[in-house]
Amino acid sequence: MGATSVASPAPLNSAPSSFPSLKALKFTTKQQELLIRVSALALIYVLAFVVRLFSVLRYESMIHEFDPYFNYRTTLFLTKNGFSEFWNWFDSESWYPLGRIIGGTLYPGLMVTAALIHRILHFFSFAVHIREVCVLTAPFFASNTTLVAYFFGKEIWDSGAGLVAAALIAICPGYISRSVAGSYDNEGVAIFALLLTFYLFVKAVNTGSLAWSLASAFGYFYMVSAWGGYVFIINLVPLYVLVLLVTGRYSMRLYVAYNCMYVVGMLLAMQIRFVGFQHVQSGEHMAAMGVFFLLQVFYFLDWVKYILNDIKLFHSFLRITLTCAITVGVLALSIGTASGYISPWTGRFYSLLDPTYAKDHIPIIASVSEHQPTAWSSFMFDFHILLFLFPAGLYFCFKRLSDATIFVVMYGLTSMYFAGVMVRLILVAAPAMCLVSSIAVSATVKNLSSLVRAKSKSPQGSGKPLSGSKAAAKASADQSLPFQKNGAIALLLGALYLLCRYAIHCTWVTSEAYSSPSIVLAARGHGGGRVIFDDYREAYYWLRQNTPPDAKVMSWWDYGYQITAMGNRTVIVDNNTWNNTHIATVGRAMSSYEHEAYEIMLSLDVNYVLVVFGGVTGYSSDDINKFLWMVRIGGGVFPVIKEPDYLVNGEFRVDKGAAPKMLNCLMYKLCYYRFGEMTTEYGKPPGYDRVRGVEIGNKDIKLEYLEEAFTTSNWIVRIYKVKPPKNRW
Amino acid sequence: MECRLPFSLVVFCLVILSSTVRSELVISSVEKWVDLHSHIVRVVSFLKVENQGPYDVSEFVLAFPDAQAKNLATMLVIYLEEGKIIYSEFPINSTKPKSKQSNMTFYPVTLPKKLEKGKTAGLDVYVVLTNLLKPLPKEITQAESQLLVYTDNIYYTSPYHIRNQSIVFRLPGRIESYSEYSEMRLVESELRYGPFEEQPPFSYSPVVVHFENNNSFAVASNFVQEIEISHWGNVQVTEQYTIIHGGAHLKNGFSRIDYQANPSMSGASSFRTLVARLPPMSHSVYYRDEIGNISTSHLRGDSQGTQLEMELRFPMFGGWKISFSIGYSLPLHDFLFESDAGNNVLNITFGSSIEEIVVENQIVRVVLPQGSKDISVKSQFPTKKSQELKYSHLDIVGRPVVVLEKDNVVPEHKRYFQVYIYYKFNNIFLLGKAMMLILGIFLLFLMCILYMHADLALSKTSSWEEETEGRK
Repeated sequence: MGATSVASPAPLNSAPSSFPSLKALKFTTKQQELLIRVSALALIYVLAFVVRLFSVLRYESMIHEFDPYFNYRTTLFLTKNGFSEFWNWFDSESWYPLGRIIGGTLYPGLMVTAALIHRILHFFSFAVHIREVCVLTAPFFASNTTLVAYFFGKEIWDSGAGLVAAALIAICPGYISRSVAGSYDNEGVAIFALLLTFYLFVKAVNTGSLAWSLASAFGYFYMVSAWGGYVFIINLVPLYVLVLLVTGRYSMRLYVAYNCMYVVGMLLAMQIRFVGFQHVQSGEHMAAMGVFFLLQVFYFLDWVKYILNDIKLFHSFLRITLTCAITVGVLALSIGTASGYISPWTGRFYSLLDPTYAKDHIPIIASVSEHQPTAWSSFMFDFHILLFLFPAGLYFCFKRLSDATIFVVMYGLTSMYFAGVMVRLILVAAPAMCLVSSIAVSATVKNLSSLVRAKSKSPQGSGKPLSGSKAAAKASADQSLPFQKNGAIALLLGALYLLCRYAIHCTWVTSEAYSSPSIVLAARGHGGGRVIFDDYREAYYWLRQNTPPDAKVMSWWDYGYQITAMGNRTVIVDNNTWNNTHIATVGRAMSSYEHEAYEIMLSLDVNYVLVVFGGVTGYSSDDINKFLWMVRIGGGVFPVIKEPDYLVNGEFRVDKGAAPKMLNCLMYKLCYYRFGEMTTEYGKPPGYDRVRGVEIGNKDIKLEYLEEAFTTSNWIVRIYKVKPPKNRW
Repeated sequence: MECRLPFSLVVFCLVILSSTVRSELVISSVEKWVDLHSHIVRVVSFLKVENQGPYDVSEFVLAFPDAQAKNLATMLVIYLEEGKIIYSEFPINSTKPKSKQSNMTFYPVTLPKKLEKGKTAGLDVYVVLTNLLKPLPKEITQAESQLLVYTDNIYYTSPYHIRNQSIVFRLPGRIESYSEYSEMRLVESELRYGPFEEQPPFSYSPVVVHFENNNSFAVASNFVQEIEISHWGNVQVTEQYTIIHGGAHLKNGFSRIDYQANPSMSGASSFRTLVARLPPMSHSVYYRDEIGNISTSHLRGDSQGTQLEMELRFPMFGGWKISFSIGYSLPLHDFLFESDAGNNVLNITFGSSIEEIVVENQIVRVVLPQGSKDISVKSQFPTKKSQELKYSHLDIVGRPVVVLEKDNVVPEHKRYFQVYIYYKFNNIFLLGKAMMLILGIFLLFLMCILYMHADLALSKTSSWEEETEGRK
């Protein structure tokens, strides 16, 4: 796809040959170019949607992973009960017995978007189920993102680069990973909102138009309503303004764009309850406010300079004003921080600036796999040739420096840093990579093709707006004719090859790695056929159908959202990890002896305990492998739980050599209850754990306070019922 | 012969005998077969009725104790004269005597042909009863078998004098215990009581059979069938089930290892699969529930019909509940006919497509195409009827929906009864939606053209634009 769109500006004369009827209409070159551009864009739009449907074709139209289930549940609530109910929703089904104020603790953008699409479709009398809308929201917004990328590319470079950017981002694996059909998560719409805000802001800076900056403020509002990643915008934009100030690129356009965007955007963002007054109270947002005041000072100084007309006088005035301004700023900040009015940076923000912070201080952030620092391989996996094109694009950007290219360079560099810190932020870097790479591709191909074309008709072809670099290229081309032409052709073919490889790689990655719903597991059977493990849904459905409606289920927090959404039962903790103590209590229960855990479970009113166990199937992300995090998180709050008690010489074992506390803690007992009688693999003793690859150490597990209630067909989910307390007499 | 007839019943019988029932009729012999193989009790009684009175008789009264009458799903009476079937299936209405003490319900059967005096005729009464098998013990563990209790009157309950009678219970397997009578015989899985001679009307003596029955005890507490008619040639059927295992409840939890290690011994009373017989030519079959598709099912098709073997998400033990829905499409021409008056006649089969299931409450919603008029329904058994509207794709006025509701539906309903729905529909409405789409897209293009040609700028020149132009 990349290749066809790259070639679009070139074949100006040959296009209508396949349309005999169109030949009669006699398009001008400009019209032909428009036609090709629009049709290429339309194809890219469709492609971006279609490539994300692998999971629907391979599995079914379903919601994926963990967080999307919460989003789906809330969307369902929103469509059923209306916005005002949704906004004031107190959910007693999660975080028992605390509950959760849903309206005040979530970013409603995604749900409102889906509900709106649902309502519009119903208005046009398309009776679509809300689930289908939710499943297809992410691909739909990915398609829209390609349009934004096109306009963005057009704004910073030219329409050719825009087309390439649209094509690259349509299939960029880093972006696809979070926007396949079914991954109904905030990021799906947030990347669209992010790019839209950036584009509109750059447009506002380029034109100085109030309308564009107002539009970008609204884009920012949408972003704030959709994802916590808006903090990136509110820090990058002031940083960009600062850089423009420092490099002497201050202009009235910048002043208008930033002030309007910041003030209106801030006011709008305050309407989101979850964000509230953070824009004026939180340390993470102070940079934007500082730059806002700095701009005013700058403007004021500019004005004074204009009034004074005396350099010397102005310099002394400048000194006084700057000292005053800085003193006032520092004073205000320190007083605000000291008095607690301005909250300090949150742990997540710290962990972005210092990757080792979370590991030492906040185990709950460190325990999430997507918060880990990124491995090199995943950069290669998610970006492929963009990794090489990115520096080349930076080179072109620096060669033709403008306000817009400075922005995209800064966006690229900062997001690359964040992508290195956290795996999930590769997503934020993906649009920047695509934009910068598209400049590289477009500029290179344009230069090369002009070289090739210059040979055949050298007097022509100077009607292009791009003159400087091309003229130079043409001049050099005139000096050594035959060699350069062949070289250019070879390089063009090389570029084509690279882009083809990119397309193939993206398709492969999408189909193999990013299209699995993770709620249904698939494996290759002995005969090569596909075996489906649908254990999660089996267990959740059993909970939904065969437990009392007010039953409380205790599980590790990973499964909280799924249990509430699919099982429709109250959970103790879920994926919204807002209360560390509560999670630590569950971690403590899981890592205590059964009778101690029973006390905790009784105090939490728990009726059922759910554990995930992969020992039979070899499903490695089960609770035993997550167990050390439970111990760490539990131990972080309750010092009774000590990590060394569960380790033998610093090693985590479940076999005979395991620590005695490990062999008798609740989690071990629940996972391995009666597993010792089971033969999992031919030629191995009974009780052979296929994930850990060992025979378990405690085969004679007796449960005193719990009883097995349900185990799924592949043992992946096991549910136990907590027995009622015994009578004392 | 013991006869524990309550006094009130005797009095009541006398009242009955003197008023409604002509005592001239005598049942010369009756043999009652009670089939206890599944959780639906099927009773066939072969009666020989003799008219001993001076007049011809045109009515015969069947009597059932209230406990049975309440759970009577359907009844079929066949009238035989000299060994030939004269007539079958005649309308039966129940009457309830006004006396409050009565615990009987009567079903007067109008004979198709008067029974002349001195003549004998045969009556075969086929009765389907539900909810009569009670698990005992009420709770069993996974390893135990399910035992059921069936209680009945050892004598044929009838307002007539019976000369010779016997009752036979056909059982699926082992018998735990049963009432002892002098005239009884147990051969393999058949328990026979009788013959009993010369019993007065309403003779009563209880008989209890306690036996093992591990057949799937599937009860659909709720079944909603939606039949959507499209005059483009398609019928879309959606069936939503909520199924309960109505047998003995599971005690002490479910152990997967026992269930996997020895499926025949462990969880004998549970069931894992349900089989649905779909009409022939069914296509686009799906099987899913609220949280998604259920991938474990098999579909087999032959000329007789399509068989959908559904494996449930989890094995069903006593007291467990599951709900799911299946859907399929059928060609319209198999179901829609044209009557003389230009009416469309839709012929639908009532009842669940799942084999051997009791439906406690069935709702059939027939969604007719938008614009249907003059709708009328004819069914051969009483149903609650109502009408509503449904809005589906591209509907403006809504599709009329005929709603039929019936309690206690058994597979027998499906076999014998059908429902006819008459309505008028003008085929010109078919084009409506296509035209709507065309118009919508046309309007979209029109708006695009207008937008491209409209100039929405307030002023031709903007100072900012000039400045930026100047900079470039």
